[in-house]
Amino acid sequence: MLDNVQILFQAPVFSVDLIVNGMLIGAIFMLAAYGMALVWGVMNVINVAQGEFVMLGGYVTLLVVKMGLPPLVGIPISAIVLFGVGWLVYRLVIFRVVERDVFTSLLATYGVAILLAQLINETFGADVRTVDTGMGTWFFLDNNVTVAVIKVVAFVLAIVIGILLWLFLKKSRTGQAIRATAQNARAARILGIDTHRTFAITYSLSAALCGAAGSLAIMAWAVHPYIGLPYTIRSFMIVVVAGVGNLLGVIIAGLGLGVAENVAGFILGAEFQIAFVFLLMIGALILRNSLLRRQRKYLR
Amino acid sequence: MKKNQSMLFGYILGFTAALLLLPVSSLVMAADDTITLGAAVSLTGKYSTNGKHTKNGYDLGVKIINEHGGVVVNGKHYKIAIKYYDDESTPARGTQLAERLISQDNIKYLLGPYSSGLTKAMAPITEQYKVPMVEANGAAVDLFNKGYKYLFALLSTTDQYLAPAVEMAAKVHKNPKKVRVAGAFENDPFSQDIQKGVFALAKKYGMKIVIDDKLPPDLNDMSSTLTKVKALKPDLLVVSGHAKGAALAIRQIADMKVNVPMLALTHCDSADIIGKFGKDAEYALCASQWDRSLKYKDKYFGSAEHFAKLFEKTYGYAPPYQAAESAAAVLVYKEAFEHAGKLDPKSVRDALAKTNMQTFYGNVKFDTDGRNIAKPMVMYQVQDGQYKVVYPPKWANSKLRWPTPPWSKR
Repeated sequence: MLDNVQILFQAPVFSVDLIVNGMLIGAIFMLAAYGMALVWGVMNVINVAQGEFVMLGGYVTLLVVKMGLPPLVGIPISAIVLFGVGWLVYRLVIFRVVERDVFTSLLATYGVAILLAQLINETFGADVRTVDTGMGTWFFLDNNVTVAVIKVVAFVLAIVIGILLWLFLKKSRTGQAIRATAQNARAARILGIDTHRTFAITYSLSAALCGAAGSLAIMAWAVHPYIGLPYTIRSFMIVVVAGVGNLLGVIIAGLGLGVAENVAGFILGAEFQIAFVFLLMIGALILRNSLLRRQRKYLR
Repeated sequence: MKKNQSMLFGYILGFTAALLLLPVSSLVMAADDTITLGAAVSLTGKYSTNGKHTKNGYDLGVKIINEHGGVVVNGKHYKIAIKYYDDESTPARGTQLAERLISQDNIKYLLGPYSSGLTKAMAPITEQYKVPMVEANGAAVDLFNKGYKYLFALLSTTDQYLAPAVEMAAKVHKNPKKVRVAGAFENDPFSQDIQKGVFALAKKYGMKIVIDDKLPPDLNDMSSTLTKVKALKPDLLVVSGHAKGAALAIRQIADMKVNVPMLALTHCDSADIIGKFGKDAEYALCASQWDRSLKYKDKYFGSAEHFAKLFEKTYGYAPPYQAAESAAAVLVYKEAFEHAGKLDPKSVRDALAKTNMQTFYGNVKFDTDGRNIAKPMVMYQVQDGQYKVVYPPKWANSKLRWPTPPWSKR
């Protein structure tokens, strides 16, 4: 362990590599986490199927590429298809649990997650899939820092989508309806907002974000039917740390998580990567709670 | 009241289902000129791809034996059949199904499931009922240190999977003591067994182990490990993490332009690294149990190549080693039945223990713990978009390309 710290001191260039690559993977988690924060904040549903939507997005892009279209076209197509899938899942399952307690929706979305993973396993098989963009790699600092171009695309897109989402929620009528429903669904309904439609849009929007994330994931990494869980766990952690419905927080927490994970993996070894991040999450929660306590508020 | 009714309905449904199933299983037993083997194979769940290869291998083995006149025990001809269940890739289900095959379906001879984990779950049951199990897809070392008497495995155990890479590294370097080895192994029993085998041999050569990373089972990125590889510049990098580990390793080594003179992996073919990554996969060394170019022969399939051709014709894809070893398992059973001379589990078990034969898949001879000690592992190297056998020297059909040139020159 100390040897690894020593490397970072002797050759600081590798810490740049770690931080850059960490931020790039954080960007993908961030996209999935936007959606989770939205659904959690607006509907009080913790969507365990979040990672499975990411996985589905990857498979949609795989199909797009198989049809002979360029991989990047897969990003919007995956988002659109997943919007539809999200709508369907909402109409079939989620609307029944949306105003129940969190435990019910946890179970329901867990069921959806299993179903989706098995469905993909049945249709596509359990093989690992990737899509090659042929975009190559950038080198910096004597070839010691390497950045795959597709990951940069993913990073930029994640930030842009974040800003668009923020604008959408702030400015558009639907966005305002979503925020109103988040504040108080009953009051919103009395004032004439179709809350079920708002819920459906929120949930589908979240799925669409995951679709884009999955499309990027299959281009930058690899996707298989059971890849969902890491994405669900990461987005859950990001939202817990950032706070529900806090987009800027999600961006910071997402990138921070990616970096923390990569540096921890380097110093402690890959086996402690997740354990370290969980510790960090507990630390962040304690910190947030103590900050709130000064204002006589508490984490809920 | 309503709840009771629905429960009652559930019971009735359950009984009807059970009744429907009954005649089927008794039918299987009724034909007395058939020897029925039992197998729980992963047809759904995360092992379903390899589960399918396993089943196809078994089926082809059965087909070829039945075409060659079946099994002759004491002058009487028997056909072979297999009763399958789907273990859903979960060990708990595997245990149940082993129990069910033996005690309900009255199966006296079992074929193995896919993967070490499921074999581990089923072996205690077959041992308890004293029913032999010939398996071809469970390679974990600790299957063979429990003193099991009814378990027989055709494949090389996990500790041997990537040890040839260390041998080759020792051979190409003038001074093996200067070789620096890096390993990234998934944190599961299979890959950790491989790690033990690799590092034990490396230590024997006096090599230095510079990285020993345990990849998480839900791996989706290995850039922290690869940054370490970039920093420490080992002479040999060994990665094992099933198909996803192989795919991620090749992708990210190319993305991050990690220069390493020798890279050895498992599961290259199930990850289809050549098809997926093309030139980026060049120079990678891959462990395999078997290859169609090997010169083994038997009287059922002919040569390894003949088996491969027949398999392609039947199922429409080239046989991975998981299918080959599964087919060979059926051949081993056939000879054991004939050598035993009578059909009871104990005699067949004793005949299995004395097996000494060549199949298209390799030589088979079991030690007292039931592992096959007559067959070495094979190492491929990806050369010009093809897998070429480079190890063991006896079977090699191409020379090792070493060292792998840096990315700037590839």
